[in-house]
Amino acid sequence: MPMPDIITIVDIVLLALLSITAVAILMMRHLFAVVALTGAFSLLSAGLLVTLDAVDVAFTEAAVGAGISTVLMLGTLALTRRRESRPPRLSPIGLLIIIITGAALIYATPDMPKFGDPNAPSHQHIIPSYIKGSQDEIGIPNIVTSILASYRSFDTLGEVAVIFTAGMGVIILLGRRREDEHGYSEDVAAYPLVDEGKLKIDGEAE
Amino acid sequence: MRHHLVLRVIAKMLIPFILLFGLYVQFHGDFGPGGGFQAGVIFAAAFILYALVFGDDQARKVVPDKALIVLVPLGLILYAVTGFYGLFLEGNFLDYNVLLNSPKAGQHIGIFIVELGVGITVAAVMISIFRAYAGRTRAIDDEDW
Repeated sequence: MPMPDIITIVDIVLLALLSITAVAILMMRHLFAVVALTGAFSLLSAGLLVTLDAVDVAFTEAAVGAGISTVLMLGTLALTRRRESRPPRLSPIGLLIIIITGAALIYATPDMPKFGDPNAPSHQHIIPSYIKGSQDEIGIPNIVTSILASYRSFDTLGEVAVIFTAGMGVIILLGRRREDEHGYSEDVAAYPLVDEGKLKIDGEAE
Repeated sequence: MRHHLVLRVIAKMLIPFILLFGLYVQFHGDFGPGGGFQAGVIFAAAFILYALVFGDDQARKVVPDKALIVLVPLGLILYAVTGFYGLFLEGNFLDYNVLLNSPKAGQHIGIFIVELGVGITVAAVMISIFRAYAGRTRAIDDEDW
């Protein structure tokens, strides 16, 4: 058997660790540990993206997946309980659906073009003109940037609008100022729609 | 986290480098991997690390809420205005060719401004979302975890 190259070994190790992390996340009941493992999962995915030469995606995965979203989930945990209350039950229908879907995906995989194949249909349609145009029309070496910011600028404007809207939604729903002078307490956080001036603890009527 | 000396020292050492790397990813995105989205989240990660280690109140002094609420729409407006400016110069919407004398120079400046807009909005939104969560609880003692 020929010695596999180093990228293959790294891929196998990373994918094995990913599966172990995923199973561990499923088994754990302590949510703090689950959040920590989710961060580890994202970091491993970032490593996998590096081996796929998608360094920019790996940046995002490491910063958002392993960093910011882990912190946000910890922040959520601070507002709620740290243990999953209901023990999970094995659902036969769910298991069946997952097995069928997984089998279908594996069955379809060999029909896909080989990874990085320049003759793949998705690389034939409009990509050659982008690769040529990025040099001749736009003049920057990073083709991803020239597609993202120039050829598909409409899409990117839409994406920024989506991020803007998401941010505004969170700010409006959750981002009220902490009101220390009114004696901020967790009761206020639990009933965000109640006017803080009128809030009484546990059903004390007005 | 007043007594976590190691965390505080390491965070203080790391934050300038994270910010510098964010700027590199932002402004070198035409040549190397990266761009506005990546730079925005890396920049936000630095500010979130600061808030985690030195406290939310201290972080609000560094970037006030009022600045954030301006920065969130500013990036989007910068992007859209770049598009409309091309329209005024008798090009198409988001057509950078007409921004400067030569099409290539126009593309360069157009992509630069647009990516800057993306970076500003993404960073500001990420910090705002973190603040929205962090602002809802009091600081948690180590014993409570």
